Amino acid sequence: MLINYLPILIYMLIAVGLLGVIVLLSELLGKKTHTVQKDIPYECGMDPIGDARSRYTVRFYIIAMFFIVFDIEAIFLYPWGVVFKPLGWFGLVEMGVFIAILAVGLAYVWGKGALEWE
Amino acid sequence: MTAWITGCLILLLKLGIVLVGLLLLAAYLVLAERKLLARLQIRLGPNRAGPLGLMQPLADAVKLLTKEDLAPAKADRLIFLLAPAVVAATALLIFAVVPFGQDWVIGGRRIPLVVADLNVGLLYALALSSIGVYGVALGGWSSNSKYALLGGIRGAAQMISYELSLGLALVPVVMLAGSFSLVEIVAAQSRYPFLLVQPLSFLIFFVSAVAETKRIPFDLPEAENELVAGYHTEYSGMRFGLFFLGEYVTMVVMGSLVAVFFLGGWRGPWLPPLVWFFLKVLGVVFFMIWMRGTLPRLRYDQLMHLGWKLLVPLALLNIVVTGAVLLLLRA
Repeated sequence: MLINYLPILIYMLIAVGLLGVIVLLSELLGKKTHTVQKDIPYECGMDPIGDARSRYTVRFYIIAMFFIVFDIEAIFLYPWGVVFKPLGWFGLVEMGVFIAILAVGLAYVWGKGALEWE
Repeated sequence: MTAWITGCLILLLKLGIVLVGLLLLAAYLVLAERKLLARLQIRLGPNRAGPLGLMQPLADAVKLLTKEDLAPAKADRLIFLLAPAVVAATALLIFAVVPFGQDWVIGGRRIPLVVADLNVGLLYALALSSIGVYGVALGGWSSNSKYALLGGIRGAAQMISYELSLGLALVPVVMLAGSFSLVEIVAAQSRYPFLLVQPLSFLIFFVSAVAETKRIPFDLPEAENELVAGYHTEYSGMRFGLFFLGEYVTMVVMGSLVAVFFLGGWRGPWLPPLVWFFLKVLGVVFFMIWMRGTLPRLRYDQLMHLGWKLLVPLALLNIVVTGAVLLLLRA
């Protein structure tokens, strides 16, 4: 039923409008001055050294990949949760196998040391 | 036709009350937190603006509105300007599916105390809380500042990691209620709150919810003494205010999700449903503030280990055990 989403749409419009008004107000009320020093990013009072978009550890990237893999698999658990009672033991065993595969994946990642942070 | 117009008016009125209530609650939560933290640290806290400092949120709002709205010279302007609004808007939008009271009947017209009872409410809430990650990650990235970038990346990694356990902790709740609708989930707790049958899920969900709000002991994306202010280092004025507002609205929303999923929502004896709902939300939020006054910050490796090595496996195990117990009890 698409009509159920109508209140959310209106709510969204009001919420976004409200945030827009707040930002606009601050735009109107706040003062505006520009100096070279003011516009440089904060680095404890020093002039910034090098580019801010510097390299960071690859572990964050790996975590993001794990998230995509595991989250997509976790999504399958939700529909099963809804029809869990009608499906009974059959569903539980099927999902048990699925969760076991998920757990094996996690154990593999764990064993490879991909979850370690030094 | 007139019925349709009254329906629209009632809806608009309800939406207005919900939004204003949510924003007011968030504003006063800031004051409550400052007061409580002060007491926990044997200080007085803000007490200058109005009696007992009750005008403090207003004073803060005026100050934030009249401050200069700065953007660093090399910042990615459009994204930089939009990111705080994403955080605040997603937090506000999640509340749309939360039932905060029993249906009211006024003049023969039923008014459900929920903005929209979606049949995919739970997925909607999870999806929006995922979108909130964008605000943090993009805000940090677009600032073109090292501290902000580090904070943004930390924030993104932390939030997606705990998103997983947050979602997995809800699968047993869905299994018990047999529905994604938050109204149905509250209805399924008419005899007992799910906290009693799913204490482990509750614990996982609560810890993950605190991590999602990026609060102590999970405040590594902000970590004042390492990263200045993390992802919002470069923000000033009302845009900083929107990040702040977003954080406190998220606290209220997470509190209400805990209340709906595990504490029976608005259900409770003697007191009116609306009061029960508020008490439960405030109880959860108070606990979050108490944690901030008590616990030290985790190290980043501890944070990731807690999420991936403890909460996720526990949540998976909990799903299988819950399923087996439910089926055994039925047989």
